[in-house]
Amino acid sequence: MKKISWRMVIVLVVAIVAIVYTLPTFLPTLWPYKKINLGLDLQGGMHLVLEVDTIKAVEGTVERIAQELRTGLRDERIRTAALDRIGGTRISVKITGQENIEKFQKLLDKDFKDLRILSKTLQDGVLDMVMDLPENESDGIRLMAAEQALETIRNRIDQFGVNEPDIRNQGENRILIQLPGIRDTQRAKELIGKTALLEFKLLDEDHDVETALKGNVPAGSEVLYQVVIDKETLREIKTPYLIKKRTLLTGAYLTDAKVQIDSQFNEPYVSIDLDKKGARIFETITAENVKKRLAIILDNKVYSAPVIQEKISGGAARITGNFTAETARDLAIVLRAGALPAPVNIIEERTVGPSLGTDSIRKGLIAMLVGGVFVIFFMAIYYKGAGLIADFALLLNIVLIAGGLAAFQATLTLPGIAGIILTIGMAVDANVLIFERIREELALGKTPRAAVDAGFNRAALTIMDANITTLIAALVLFQFGTGPIKGFAVTLSLGVISSVFTALVVSRLIFDYFLRIRRVKQLSI
Amino acid sequence: MQFIKPDINIDFIGKRKFAYGLSLALILISIASLILHGGPKFGIDFVGGTVIQVKFQTAVPIKNIKSGLDTLAIGNSSVQSFGDRDDHEYLIRTDLSIATGERLSDQIQKALAGATGSAAEIRRVEMVGPQVGKDLRQKALFAIFYALLFIAIYISGRFEFKWILTGLMAVALMGAVYFLSLFNVSIPFLILVALLVTLLLFWLLNLKYAMGAIVALLHDVIITVGIFSITGREFTLPIIAALLTIIGYSLNDTIIVFDRIRENLRKISKSPMPVIINRSVNETISRTILTSLTTLLVVIALLVLGGGIIHDFAFALTVGIVVGTYSSIYVASPILIAWQERTRKK
Repeated sequence: MKKISWRMVIVLVVAIVAIVYTLPTFLPTLWPYKKINLGLDLQGGMHLVLEVDTIKAVEGTVERIAQELRTGLRDERIRTAALDRIGGTRISVKITGQENIEKFQKLLDKDFKDLRILSKTLQDGVLDMVMDLPENESDGIRLMAAEQALETIRNRIDQFGVNEPDIRNQGENRILIQLPGIRDTQRAKELIGKTALLEFKLLDEDHDVETALKGNVPAGSEVLYQVVIDKETLREIKTPYLIKKRTLLTGAYLTDAKVQIDSQFNEPYVSIDLDKKGARIFETITAENVKKRLAIILDNKVYSAPVIQEKISGGAARITGNFTAETARDLAIVLRAGALPAPVNIIEERTVGPSLGTDSIRKGLIAMLVGGVFVIFFMAIYYKGAGLIADFALLLNIVLIAGGLAAFQATLTLPGIAGIILTIGMAVDANVLIFERIREELALGKTPRAAVDAGFNRAALTIMDANITTLIAALVLFQFGTGPIKGFAVTLSLGVISSVFTALVVSRLIFDYFLRIRRVKQLSI
Repeated sequence: MQFIKPDINIDFIGKRKFAYGLSLALILISIASLILHGGPKFGIDFVGGTVIQVKFQTAVPIKNIKSGLDTLAIGNSSVQSFGDRDDHEYLIRTDLSIATGERLSDQIQKALAGATGSAAEIRRVEMVGPQVGKDLRQKALFAIFYALLFIAIYISGRFEFKWILTGLMAVALMGAVYFLSLFNVSIPFLILVALLVTLLLFWLLNLKYAMGAIVALLHDVIITVGIFSITGREFTLPIIAALLTIIGYSLNDTIIVFDRIRENLRKISKSPMPVIINRSVNETISRTILTSLTTLLVVIALLVLGGGIIHDFAFALTVGIVVGTYSSIYVASPILIAWQERTRKK
């Protein structure tokens, strides 16, 4: 009697807990508890894996150092024969003249101690040097770029307003993003993937843009394009501009970006606010270059190149262009969140529309229902009374799995539903093992109680053995799998554990109840 | 009610040569099909590419879809019908990993609606870059290999109590494989060699139960892969999950039989091995057939009613369950006999 009451308590507790956890999914208003998480393949949404091009971050830093070196050489009046960035991450310098070479060495030792010298030849008064960044520096830059990219993207997605996004890093330079229930996947991808490097550069008005296009680009300048989509023909119109390479101001100094409507043309534009330092720089730029044109460049594309009418203090500026309310808003988001330290590429994308999600749930549940009904009938017919006990255990199984999913906040995916269906078939296995043993023992002439005891005891070990191997497979799948597969591994594991529990504990309990308390004389098996 | 009489006594062991022949034939056909098709037919999960699932309002001939796609720059594309006929759904697959940005989804929808005269709805898009595809291929192979090793440890431990020995062997193998994988060796080749080495080690270390189980599992996996190859189905991540599930499931059966064998060895140790094995298989066959039957019932329900996305997965499971049941009865145990005869000849 004591044994039974102990086990009964455990079973009841487990069952009630499972039911409590399962309820919120079906009656969300009843309980403010956690619901079962649905995977993207069941609720619709987008799964993205981005790769951060961290090498470009290193190249960017090297470019910046090259610029600083050029400025330093100019300030010290060291005549340089050549200063170039080569191979993406290396700087090559050529200096002639003994005096220049000495001054150069001093400059390097003073301000550029971090650079690593790869090669150095001094011949006939000409110094040729190739330098780059040492490994741990560049590794550090790459790591930081990946981290910063993650934070910036998280920031952008937060502002975009998605329900429960999942953003995390994967490996050294990959970012995994899951956006459940998202509808406008196009906008989201553009928002996430935009490098959004905002730069202010002066137009090179001393040279002609046409001659530059023919191949004669003056030193220190480059050709950048403004891309406009004609509202009527939907075609791209590219206008070239000759821009001085030197970046005067970047988006790093931004404190805020807002969408405003221009009262004159009723067109949206983005107004930006600069911080104190940025405002001062902006003031200097505008003061020194009145009547000259300042290009506002985003990701190496010219947005606009207005003429500087007068000195602008206060650090406020406008970015105008052919904006719609949406594109202006997205630009503001991206500017507020900050530029990505390096470009990102989408290397994996899985998007499921919401209609497919609901269809999948429906089909999965129908399959589960039909399969379940078949099994229940079969068990009842083949094992009679004992079969009904197994059927009850089966139903409890499903409740336990559902409760487990809700409790652990695991995600239910379509393969996960398949896992539950598989469990239905396999859960029967444990019961069959026990019942066949019981039949064997009965055939040997034992009493019902003894047969049941022997049946459960003998079968228990075999059941454990058999189910542990399925568990091993499920655990390996969980470790190596992603998304939907993980969901399958989770339901399979939960199913295995709960089916062992219901077969060994719950079924036993019911048998014992009938045999000991109701004192049934014969087993219906 | 009972399908199988309790005093059943089929001579499984006596028929084992026939079973060997059948198994060998099936394996050879599988390998031949794989060679013929240049390896398994990989889905985009493993070779990269893009898959777009489109649903039309009315029935639409595939050639219209194809001509609609020709106007777009999406590389070599193939169109296949998907799911139930009445759903009018099609799968467009290209080998380019196109990020469906730049209004591509809209372009596809417009082009298809125009070419077929029926409204097109894009239900699902999956794009996998080539590097990710390669990574997933390797992950899948490692997963299968590690699962087999863990199972070997478990079986050797439970049935021969050689936990530590097998554990060390497994750790050494895993370490060697991991170490070599860092050297840009072709991963499939590496895993294949590792598997053969593993079997060799089983032989040398006299781990006969593990060997029997693993050989049966490899038999199941090869034949399932072969049938996939013959029926022209694609290998995707869920299929690998199905393979691992089949491994776990088929092992269930095998363990049940091994368990009985061990129990009977204790009870009637005087009889020769073939008799004991025969007896054990006969005693457990009722349970084996029943479980496979009920599991098949639910999996076939999934196959028929589950919809297109889970269809191939359910198919893999169906094949795996049937082959797995067969292998538990006719493959795993006879290996123990072959072992016995070898050791006796010595």
